[in-house]
Amino acid sequence: MAKIVVDGTEIEVPAEYTLLQACEAAGVEIPRFCFHERLSIAGNCRMCLVEVKGGPPKPTASCAMAVKDLRPGPNGEPPVVLTKSPMVKKAREGVMEFLLINHPLDCPICDQGGECDLQDQAMAYGADTSRFAENKRAVEDKYMGPLVRTAMTRCIQCTRCVRFTTEVAGVPDLGAIGRGEDTEITTYLEHAMRSELQGNVADLCPVGALTHKPYQFHARPWELIKTESVDVMDAVGCNIRVDTRGREVMRILPRTNDLVNEEWISDKSRYVWDGLKVQRLDRPYVRKGGRLVPASWIEAFAAVAEKVKAAKPEKIGALIGDVATVEEVFALKTLMEKLGSANIDCRQDGAALDPALGRASYIFNPTIAGIDAADAILLIGTDPRHEASVLNARIRKRWRQGGLKVGLIGEQVDLTYSYEYLGAGPESLAALLGTGGFADAMKGAEHPLIIIGQGALARADGAAVLALAAKLATACGAVKEGWNGFGVLHTAAARVGALDVGAVPGPKGLDTKAMAAGGLDVAFLLGADEVDVEPGAFVVYIGTHGDRGAHRADVILPGAAYTEKSGLYVNTEGRVQFANRAAFPPGEAREDWAVLRALSEVLGQTLPFDSLTGLRAKLMAAYPHLGRLDQIEAGKADDIAKLAEKGGAVEKGAFALPIEDFYLTNPIARASAIMAECSALQAASAAEAAE
Amino acid sequence: MSVRRLAAEQPESFAFTPELEEIAKALIAKYPEGRQASAVVPLLWETQKAAGGWLPEPALRAVADRLGMAHIRVLEVATFYTMFNLAPVGKYFVQLCGTTPCMLRGSDDLKAVCQRRIGDERHVSADGTFSWLEVECLGACTNAPMVQINDDYFEDLTPENFEALLDNLAAGRPVKIGPQNGRHGSEPLGGPTALTDPALYAPKAKQDEPAAPAAAPTTGE
Repeated sequence: MAKIVVDGTEIEVPAEYTLLQACEAAGVEIPRFCFHERLSIAGNCRMCLVEVKGGPPKPTASCAMAVKDLRPGPNGEPPVVLTKSPMVKKAREGVMEFLLINHPLDCPICDQGGECDLQDQAMAYGADTSRFAENKRAVEDKYMGPLVRTAMTRCIQCTRCVRFTTEVAGVPDLGAIGRGEDTEITTYLEHAMRSELQGNVADLCPVGALTHKPYQFHARPWELIKTESVDVMDAVGCNIRVDTRGREVMRILPRTNDLVNEEWISDKSRYVWDGLKVQRLDRPYVRKGGRLVPASWIEAFAAVAEKVKAAKPEKIGALIGDVATVEEVFALKTLMEKLGSANIDCRQDGAALDPALGRASYIFNPTIAGIDAADAILLIGTDPRHEASVLNARIRKRWRQGGLKVGLIGEQVDLTYSYEYLGAGPESLAALLGTGGFADAMKGAEHPLIIIGQGALARADGAAVLALAAKLATACGAVKEGWNGFGVLHTAAARVGALDVGAVPGPKGLDTKAMAAGGLDVAFLLGADEVDVEPGAFVVYIGTHGDRGAHRADVILPGAAYTEKSGLYVNTEGRVQFANRAAFPPGEAREDWAVLRALSEVLGQTLPFDSLTGLRAKLMAAYPHLGRLDQIEAGKADDIAKLAEKGGAVEKGAFALPIEDFYLTNPIARASAIMAECSALQAASAAEAAE
Repeated sequence: MSVRRLAAEQPESFAFTPELEEIAKALIAKYPEGRQASAVVPLLWETQKAAGGWLPEPALRAVADRLGMAHIRVLEVATFYTMFNLAPVGKYFVQLCGTTPCMLRGSDDLKAVCQRRIGDERHVSADGTFSWLEVECLGACTNAPMVQINDDYFEDLTPENFEALLDNLAAGRPVKIGPQNGRHGSEPLGGPTALTDPALYAPKAKQDEPAAPAAAPTTGE
């Protein structure tokens, strides 16, 4: 710790703090453009100049000078930083004048207007006029792909975008070419950026040079209503802010949560919003004569009731999709119980996860923040870059700090960091129980981490693979006092919550495969679009989009998308998070829990709640940990040991990846034109690379 | 300086010649394992030489791939340094200094010669022999005006001797490198004008040291 005086206040900060951090610790705001907490220090915007005593006798860039670099005074007094002195004021005004020399005065037509760092800081720290009379520089706009729009004349060369793509995203696409006044930010020959996190550069851009292309000229920040919510595109549970105008979702932005997503979200999470507006199911439909025809709620419910009453309880079943909230899963499960059916399954992909084995067997025990402590990571049958992009960025962040060994079993993919390829299938996993190579690295590690993906679990021998991974975890010391390094990486936002409430087949109940393969007379699909139900069953689809499930359906009950309902989601770590309602469902669509409640009454099995609050009270009485928001109910280490003993025979054969196309994993994404464009671009780029 | 862009017309491909590969190996060997990107500037320079005085876009990619760098990183370097030509140059690439001392000594006249003989700036003459470019100070102000042609300086130019120089180069005749007005280096024209007393250079008897200057006056305490 070192002492430093900031504007007359003496504070004690760690010696390696920069002056900017020290000033923030003292409660003084320092303007900045290029500095960003999660990126390397560039020191090129000069906006953070301060006056120091104990350092060079000139304004000092506070972002790039450490407290320990300053000398004490002649009698050992702590160094002094002044942020409000005349020198600092003049320096800031000068820097701002320089920055504005070439910055166009096009705020009225700029998408960043109203939330622009340059605008704000020019107001706060700039002078009222410029002495520069010459023409402004103009820069050609660059193509960077379908997501990021450029207006490069506005660029102030802070290089945040270049540092983000290189450091965090790990795809060094962006660069600053030329020099001096002619510096330009571009990709190589204006190739589209190839990162799945590229939308974040538009957030990072302090001016309007990089903005969100799908959002361009759509709205002004002050006319948007901001709602805090949770993303459902993957199982990371990224914290998001949904901006709406009227009933329409205008954009989705990340919220900072250091325990989950830091301040990044993937492109799918960010740009999927146009999918919320098209292909929507806005009224009930009933299949008559082979065609789905619009119906009223009463007709639709009557059609369902007729079939349910005619069916035997064991021939009724429910499949739960990937974006359902915990409440509706609980409601559906309760309804199934009341109907006397044990046929319910939330594992659309058939992953061999069983809540009976304990919570530790299906959550990401080490937690996402725990990745920062890991020193050896084994990835089994997973491609975290596309299954959980933000989590992958976290692994990359840890990898960049050095001293991390990563091993991969499964398909060889580009993860943006180097790894040791250990093999394709279970036999390579079993080999790690021996010695030598990566097995020694895992044993020698202080915090070994095993990440097992759905690709390793969604197969016939999934349970045995899970047990084998658990055995490896216990053998290499990944599960010990104060550290549980056994993590299951999910791909579906609804999965952990549904497993928590036990939405798996009861005794003699049918699982997804059995239900889809003709085991049912009546099938309820709660947004389950990734399974094909064989002909024969009467399918009731409760969902939001006219996607695979709706095409198969005999009755469609329109539900609410994740931005249109308030509900709980449990992410892959087992963290319970609350999503607020940002908009309303279209047309006659209703929130899914309410649809189930109304349906239950028609079926004569009224669910025991009349409001969402009532439903939550019931839910939390049954599962108290779901009431502890933003907390993780930790799994028990013993469960991993028990799981390890289960054993089972593994088969040969490589692990397949659960995600075929990153951009098209759920009905909302499949409805989105932006996601379709990204997907096509990615396919073209892959084809080009294959040549 | 102006915005530097890659040339519109680019060759299909670029492959390292065996000689260039040798040079690349030697350059990379200068740096520790994993730091081969440090060799990017010298390797680009050698590649430029091998590629005929400029860097085609496929060559940038070849260098990037050879050094394990992202393509954009090499493009950044190549566009940053003006010593890398991004468009074809003539067999004789004339870099004409137009900064103040040269301008005062008549570089504008030389520019007119270039314009007349070679054509527009940044254009290769029809026969491929010459191209020219006005550059910032090349640091030979004592011998202004001057040009750099390929690796050599040609100084103390006048429109007449510059034109003669270009003629000689075009005809493949030998040319004199350095000052074109009879000077050897940057000594005064017509011989030295100071320290001309031969006595200065004659061996001398040892003389008494001059008296040490009085102690510097001290200021107040």
